[in-house]
Amino acid sequence: MTTIGIDLGAKNTKVVVIKDSKILATSSVLSGFDQSASAEEALKKALNKAGMTREEIKHITATGAGMDAISFASDKVTEISANARGISAIFPTVRTVIDVGAEEGRAIRLKEDGKVIDFGINEKCAAGAGAFTEAMARALEVDLEKMGEMSLKSSKAVPMNAQCTIFAESEVVSLIHQKTPKEDIIRAVHDAIADRITSMARRVGIEKDVALVGGVANNIGFIDSMKRNLGFEVLVPKDPVAPEFISAYGAALIAQDKVIGG
Amino acid sequence: MSSVKYPKEQLKCWGKAKTLRENYYRDYAEAHDKGGIRWAGGAWSFDAIPSGLGEDVWCLTGEPYGATVAFNKDLALECQEAIETKGFARDLCSYMRNYWGSVILNKYAWPEFSKEFPKPDFMWQDHICCSHAKWYQVASDLEGGIPMFSVDVSVGPYEGLTESKINYIVGQMHDGIKWLKKQTGREYDDELLIKAVYNEFRSCHYWAAICELNKTIPAPLDEKTMYSLYVLGTLRKSSQWTADFYEKELYPEVKSRVERGIAAVENEQCRIMTDTQPPWAFLKVFRYLEKYGCVSIGSLYTFSLIGLWEDKEDGTWGPRTIPDIEITNRDEALRALAEWNLSKPEWQHFYHPKLKSEMMIRIAREWKLNGVLLHFNRGCEGLSLGIAENRLAIQKAGFPVMPFEGNMGDEREFDLTKTMIRIDAFMESLGMKKLVE
Repeated sequence: MTTIGIDLGAKNTKVVVIKDSKILATSSVLSGFDQSASAEEALKKALNKAGMTREEIKHITATGAGMDAISFASDKVTEISANARGISAIFPTVRTVIDVGAEEGRAIRLKEDGKVIDFGINEKCAAGAGAFTEAMARALEVDLEKMGEMSLKSSKAVPMNAQCTIFAESEVVSLIHQKTPKEDIIRAVHDAIADRITSMARRVGIEKDVALVGGVANNIGFIDSMKRNLGFEVLVPKDPVAPEFISAYGAALIAQDKVIGG
Repeated sequence: MSSVKYPKEQLKCWGKAKTLRENYYRDYAEAHDKGGIRWAGGAWSFDAIPSGLGEDVWCLTGEPYGATVAFNKDLALECQEAIETKGFARDLCSYMRNYWGSVILNKYAWPEFSKEFPKPDFMWQDHICCSHAKWYQVASDLEGGIPMFSVDVSVGPYEGLTESKINYIVGQMHDGIKWLKKQTGREYDDELLIKAVYNEFRSCHYWAAICELNKTIPAPLDEKTMYSLYVLGTLRKSSQWTADFYEKELYPEVKSRVERGIAAVENEQCRIMTDTQPPWAFLKVFRYLEKYGCVSIGSLYTFSLIGLWEDKEDGTWGPRTIPDIEITNRDEALRALAEWNLSKPEWQHFYHPKLKSEMMIRIAREWKLNGVLLHFNRGCEGLSLGIAENRLAIQKAGFPVMPFEGNMGDEREFDLTKTMIRIDAFMESLGMKKLVE
């Protein structure tokens, strides 16, 4: 049986196609202004990769900030449930999921059976999300993809006091003027996000194992900051899917559960 | 709709409640035309006391007025921007800002009754939260110096009440009556005071009794409806019309709903409570919950802003018994009034969040709840004080909690879409499925 999960996020739309829990294909496209068209494009891309037609799909479950725009979905679930389902399938020992996407950060606490006990979502603020790193990359004139690697070369922790993207940007500019090495500034940026995210996660209650998902979990510098902040190792999915696909993967599994359960 | 489990019925006294509220705002606006007196103050002020000045005395309580402004998004924004232009901070009590804005714009939230903001003749307030007395001090200044009297009621929690604490408040009340006579040039009628005190006993008792009926499954009332009913007590709890409405109309009708199994939410499958004032411009959140068959049975706020409660012999929480006393003079009336008000549950948690957590957990258990929605209300520091502690305590007691941030009176601090998404996630985590799209 083949099902699909589609996560229409603030920046990217991700699709995961599964057959009997095994991943057949994934796709990701930019979520443009026309979310419906982005969803169609991502679906088409994933089906092509899987060598399948839409008629062969039993059930499509949508999730993500723009899920209401996905008219072809059979149903929808929140990112909280999708993340919980996806991560439990990959790391059954995980009790806390930290999801850092483009515009939102979330912390989810799970029971042993993978059900959600509690969750927290950042409120109206990009300082705990990927948009913050992007803004800082622009201010530093550094490629976003190089941020992680560069911050690992930092030899000094520089405190960043601002709690807001706008003020943090002026703080970065001040650090540049003070001739602070870019590597140290980038580490400060990652430390700031990690600080914000872990303080939200602590409100929900952090229990080991902790998994890091969402697009920002691809950033090795951020992972390093999170480890330092938490004081222990975190799990980051790689196989069978990358961290930004966990929501879509979870949605695909939920779709499968629904077909099996009727 | 296939998910209907219980019969539903419109409240018969709904129209009457609406009329009483409109009459209140009209009477205040037209008081001077009738040769009467207008006063302004908080919903928690001892409104029974100015009643002794005569039967032609009308009041405007600030919190429900601030909420009325909040419900009108355009007016609220206009008020907030006006007061911010004057240099007042955006993080102050949003009811207070709406009220002040209304004053400086000289716009009444009920333009059908008065185009201009009707100035009070005096201000009569009490001081329990950090903003209460300051609210009217500033309002007095903005209105050109209206005389003001405030009673300090911050004597500590009811469980530690002593005679000297009551004396402290009663002494101020006696001074207040002298002040009222001086300001208005009127004689003071103790019989009217005594009558008002008895009315207040009835209003507070019967509102709690009505809320107690919501322990029933299915709940006969939902919180959105309750907001339109409890408000009468916040307008004038010591009035004959509020007491009579609660005792003789609303209570019997809700009791009858319970006996006949009438539900507020016809597909009830999930019961929650909220906390603090809601974001008034977005009450549709409650209708959204109903899509999941979820009824909000009320909150410590709706139950106890006006309702008074006590431990019953069987260990449950029920309406505080109306004192079986004969009041024969002013001092007895004031003592009874002070003691009665100091037991108000919503006054207790200004002293320690533990006191609030205990009451909330009690509601969660006795009203058989599945979860709790906590409004981290940036518009009210007083009632949000300690709410993060409450969250932890309620969770520890075994009830899932969903916090959401917002503001009761300032829509700029509330995100409806995000809140609904959060509700979806919370409902999913409770194992609830949407019954209606």
